[in-house]
Amino acid sequence: MALIEIENLSVTFIANHREVRAVQDVSLSVEARESFGLVGESGSGKSTILRAICGLAPVTGGQIRIEGKPIPTPRGKGFARKVQMVFQDPYASLHPRHTIDRTLSEPLAIHGLKGTDQRIMQALTDVGLPTSFRFRYPHQLSGGQRQRVAIARALMLEPEILLLDEPTSALDASVQAETLNLLSRLRAERGLTFLMVSHDLAVIDHMCDRILVMQHGRAVEELSRDALASASMTTDYARSLFAASADRMLDG
Amino acid sequence: MTLLSVKNLRVTFDTEAGLVQAVRGVSFHLGRERLGIVGESGSGKTMTGRSVLRLIRPPGKIEADEMVFDGIDLMRASEPQMRALRGPRIAMVMQDPKYSLNPVMRVGAQLMEGLRQRDRVSKAEAHAKAIQALEAVQIRDPERVMEAYPHELSGGMGQRVMIAMMLIPNPDLLIADEPTSALDVTVQAEVLSILDNLVKTRGMGLIFISHDLRLVARFCDRVLVMYKGRIVEELAAKDLMNAKHPYTQGLLNCLPRIGGNREALPSLDRDASWAL
Repeated sequence: MALIEIENLSVTFIANHREVRAVQDVSLSVEARESFGLVGESGSGKSTILRAICGLAPVTGGQIRIEGKPIPTPRGKGFARKVQMVFQDPYASLHPRHTIDRTLSEPLAIHGLKGTDQRIMQALTDVGLPTSFRFRYPHQLSGGQRQRVAIARALMLEPEILLLDEPTSALDASVQAETLNLLSRLRAERGLTFLMVSHDLAVIDHMCDRILVMQHGRAVEELSRDALASASMTTDYARSLFAASADRMLDG
Repeated sequence: MTLLSVKNLRVTFDTEAGLVQAVRGVSFHLGRERLGIVGESGSGKTMTGRSVLRLIRPPGKIEADEMVFDGIDLMRASEPQMRALRGPRIAMVMQDPKYSLNPVMRVGAQLMEGLRQRDRVSKAEAHAKAIQALEAVQIRDPERVMEAYPHELSGGMGQRVMIAMMLIPNPDLLIADEPTSALDVTVQAEVLSILDNLVKTRGMGLIFISHDLRLVARFCDRVLVMYKGRIVEELAAKDLMNAKHPYTQGLLNCLPRIGGNREALPSLDRDASWAL
C-alpha cells in the first residue's frame, strides 16, 4: 500500500461566477520513503495539488488517502503530525513580526509537546543554523537562512511526509545547492517521504525517483528518473519541457 | 565601434550602518553586441545596469573615472540631457512586469504615452505604432492586449509588453535586467529568441543581466562575472565551461544536472580573497 494515494483529484475554483478547473482527474501514488516530483509550467496545477492535500484548496472530486485512510476535513492535529509543507517564498511564509523562536515553538505549543527549549536548539542545529539565530526576526536573515527556518518549522512535529512547493526557486544557485543537500540529508536521516513541486527539471531530477509532468491541470506523463535522463519521454509536451530546460543549454 | 565605455564605476550608499559599496570599480566596454552580466544577489549587477542610466536615488552615489555613451559623457550630462537619453537612446527592461507596469492604466495607454508625450504624434499614429510593437514581440492578438490591464496578462505577456514598450523609440542600447527570471522555461526560450532577433535585425547593443549562468552562456557573446561589486572574470560565452576563476567554476558546478549522479552538490567555498 502506498503512503500517499491520490485518485482522480479535481480542484475547481469559482471566481466571478466562472469556474476555473485548476486540477482535473489527476491520480498519483507515492510509496513510503520515496521522493516524488511534480513538474510543469505556472498554472499547470502542480502547487494546487499540494495545497489540496493540506486543505488549502477546495477538493471538488476524487479522493486523497494517506496510509489507506481518506484524510479528514478539516485536516486536524493528527494530519499536521504526519504531513507538513514548505512554501516557495521564504520572505512571505514566515511571520515578519515573530522571532524564529516563536515561529518554531508555535507548533509545539499547539500540540502540547514538552521540551520546547531543547527541541528548538536541536531543530536549528539540524538545519545547519547557529543557535544564536533563535531570537532573530526573519528580516535579519538571508533568503537561504529563512528557507532553513521554514524547513525547521515543518520538521518540528516530526512528520513523515514533507510537501515541498518550489523550495529553492527563490534562492541563488549556490544557496539552492546547500538547501537541496540539506533536504537530501534530512530525508536520509529521518526516512522522510517527499512530494516536491518545481518548474526546474534539473532540480526535480536531482531530488526525485519518479516524476509526473503536468499541463493545464492534467497529468501528461509519468516518468522514471532513468526515462528522463535518457530522454525517452513519449509525449510532445514532456519533450518540449525537457528541451527548454536550462540544463540542456550548455550542450546545445 | 564602442557604444558604451565604463571605467572604474563605483556606487556607494551612505547608510546608518556606514558606507556600503555596491559596485567597486567596474570597467567594461560594449559595442553592438550582447554582453551578459552574471552574479548572485547582492553582487552589484543591477546597480551597474542602473548606473548607466543614472537611475540611482540618494543616498546612493555614482562615481566613475569615465562613463561615455556614443560620445556623450554620462557623468557630466545634465538631468534634461539624461531624460532625453533615457528611452530613445538607452532603454531598460525591468525584472518583474507585475511591479513595473502601471496597474491602473490599460496596456495600450501605457504604450502610447511615450509616443504622444515625447514624439508628439497623433493618436491614430501612436496606436498604429503600439500595435506594430506588440506584433514585433509576437503577441498574437494585439488589439485585445491594448485594451487589457496588466493584471489580465500572464507573466510572459507582461514581459513582452515591457520589451515592446522599450523598443518603440528604437534605442541603440537595451539594458535587460533579469527579463526572463519570472517566466516559465518554455516562455523564457520564446522571449529570448525575440530579444535575439531584435538585437540582430536592429543592430542594438544589449546588456543582459541575469543570475543564470547557463542562460547567459547560451544567449550572449561575452560574459562578465560579478562578485561583491567587482568583476572577477570576463570571458567569451563559449569559453564559459573553461572558466578560470574558482567563483565562476563554483557557480557552474553547484547546479544540478539532468541525469547527473545524485551525490551532494558541491557547495561554493567562498574565498575571502575574491572580494579584494
